[in-house]
Amino acid sequence: MNHDSYEDAYIRAILDGVRTIAVVGASANPVRPSYLVMTYLAERGYTVYPVNPGQAGKVVAGLTFSRSLADVPVPIDMVDVFRAPEHVPQVLDEVLALAQRPKVLWTQLGVRDDAAAARAEAAGLQVVMNRCPKIEYGRLSGEIGWSGVNARTISARRPKLMGQGVQRLSIATRGPASER
Amino acid sequence: MSAREPGFATLAVHAGAAPDPTTGARATPIYQTTSFVFEDVDHAAALFGLQTFGNIYTRIGNPTNGVLEARVAALEGGTAALAVASGHAAQHLVFHTLLTPGDEFIASTKLYGGSINQFSHAFKSFGWEVVWADPDDISSFEKAVSPKTKAIFVESIANPGGVVTDIAAISAIAKKAGVPLIVDNTLATPYLWQPIKDGADIVVHSATKFLGGHGNSIGGVIVDAGTFDWSATDRYPFLSKPRPEYQGMVLHETFGNFAFAIAVRVLGLRDLGPALSPFNAFMILTGIETLGLRMQRHSENALAVAKYLAAHPKVEWVSYPGLDGDKYHALAAKYLPKGAGAVFTFGLKGGYEAGVRLVSSVELFSHLANIGDTRSLIIHPASTTHRQLSDEAKVVAGAGPEVVRLSVGIEDPADIIGDLEQALAQL
Repeated sequence: MNHDSYEDAYIRAILDGVRTIAVVGASANPVRPSYLVMTYLAERGYTVYPVNPGQAGKVVAGLTFSRSLADVPVPIDMVDVFRAPEHVPQVLDEVLALAQRPKVLWTQLGVRDDAAAARAEAAGLQVVMNRCPKIEYGRLSGEIGWSGVNARTISARRPKLMGQGVQRLSIATRGPASER
Repeated sequence: MSAREPGFATLAVHAGAAPDPTTGARATPIYQTTSFVFEDVDHAAALFGLQTFGNIYTRIGNPTNGVLEARVAALEGGTAALAVASGHAAQHLVFHTLLTPGDEFIASTKLYGGSINQFSHAFKSFGWEVVWADPDDISSFEKAVSPKTKAIFVESIANPGGVVTDIAAISAIAKKAGVPLIVDNTLATPYLWQPIKDGADIVVHSATKFLGGHGNSIGGVIVDAGTFDWSATDRYPFLSKPRPEYQGMVLHETFGNFAFAIAVRVLGLRDLGPALSPFNAFMILTGIETLGLRMQRHSENALAVAKYLAAHPKVEWVSYPGLDGDKYHALAAKYLPKGAGAVFTFGLKGGYEAGVRLVSSVELFSHLANIGDTRSLIIHPASTTHRQLSDEAKVVAGAGPEVVRLSVGIEDPADIIGDLEQALAQL
C-alpha cells in the first residue's frame, strides 16, 4: 500500500485491535520521546514491553525492559520502532523470526523504509510508518485537542471516556450504540 | 467523516468541537474554572512533565480555549494553535519564543499602529531590535537581513490603508535567510486568505476583529504552520535545546511539527501569563461559526462602498485593493479572489476639517477605534489615534489630515452608503 498518507479508519482499526505493544529502542529517560510514548500507551490500557539491550531487566514506570523482541515473554501484537531508518530491516528480521508473528509493524516519525514495509506486508503484517501512536491515539480520541492541536477529524458523536477517570478519552467507536 | 477533507464552512462550525464527553452538551461548554482535578499523583506528574494530554490550570490551557485553538488551526491549515488574551499578547509570546536580547527581526512598515508601537518601544526594553522594510519594495526585506535576524513579520492585508503584501515573495526571502515568516492575518482571516499556503510559518490574529467579529471580546491566536525546521540550526534554543524547565526535554524533538505551538504555551503563556478567559474563547468561537458568511458580506459591502466613494465629488482618493486600478489590485487578484476585506481608507478634498465633520455627521457608522465588527465603523486618525504625531509623521503613517478609515459592516449596503451620502452632504 501507499505509505504517504493513511486513512483515519486504517489507523483506528490498528490501535483499536492491538493489545500488546513492544517498543524497540525505548529509553528509560523520562524526557525522551520513546519514554513518553510507551508510558502513554500503557496508561491507555495497552500491555507495553520496552525493548533495549542496554536496559534489559530494568523496571521503569512499571514496565519491564526486554533485551530483544525474542525475549518479550508474551505474544506481541504490534512492534513500534524508535530506531533510525537504517535499522528497520534488521528489526523486521527479528519480527519475522518470532514464533508468534505480530500483526503490525509501526515506525515512528521520521522513520520510513518502503522496501522493509513491502517485505513486512508480503509476510502479512500491516504497516504504519512516519507516525507516532501517541499522537494518533490523542488525535482520534480527541484528547490532543486539549493542547490546541488540529486533530484533522470532525465528528458530531460524543467522545468516549476511558473506563475510569475524567481526563482520559478512549478511541472506542463514538456514540451511545457502542458501549464497549 | 469520509476521507475527503471537510470544506471551510464545515470546519468553521465543527473543527475542534465534539459533543462534551461527560454531559453530551453540543455547543462547546464554557469551562469557567481556574483548575482541573488530577486522577492521582502519577497523573499530575505526567501532566506537569508534558507526558500526557490534559488540563491543569487555565493559565496554561482550558478545554474551551482548546476548541478555539484547534478550530483556528484547522481554518488556517496549521498543525496547532494557542489562544491568548489579545493580538498584542500573541505577538509578545511569538517573539519571546524566537528572540533573545540582542536579536533582530524584520517588520513591514505597513502595519497596524499598535504593532509599530509595540515593536519600536516595548520590545526595545527586551533587547529585541526591529528593522523596518517596505512591502512595496520587496528587495528592502532582503537588504534588511543580518546575522542577527531571527524572524520576518508582515500583515497579509495591512491596516489601515488596504495594502496587500506579497507573502510568497517575502517567504522566499525568509527561507533563504533561514528564518520563520510570521504573518498577521487579522484583516484577511483564513476565509479570504490562508498565508500558510503561500509560505507563512507562523500566523497570528487579533481574534478581537473578524474572527470574533461582533465587537464584544478581546482575544488573540497564534497558529503553528508546522513548516519550520527549528533544529536545522541552534538559533532557536527554546525549541531545539534541552529545556531546564522540563527536566531537559527538547520540544522540537518531542512535539515535532506542532512544537512551536507547544513552546509558546509552556514557555510563553505559562510564564508570562496573558491567558484568554474561557468566556471570551466561547464568544470568539461562536463568531467563527459564521466567519465565511460574514467575510463574504463584509467584502461585498466594502467593494460597493469603495466604488460609491471613488465616484463622489468630495472624495479625493480611495485606497481599496478590490477596486480596478488600485495600486494593489493585481496582488488582490492573486491572493484575495473571494474579496479584499472590509477595512480601507479614503481621502476627503476638504482635508482635516472635512474629516472631523464627516465622523461627527454619520448616524449608522460608529465613531470608534476598533475594526472587524458586524457594525460599520469610522475613524478620522488625524484627530484621534494619530493626534499626537507631527503633520509629517501623520502622512508617513497613512494618517494625513484628509484620511478617513472605514471598517465596513454587514448591514444592508444601501443603508451604509445612504449614511455616508447624508454625512458627505453636510461637508
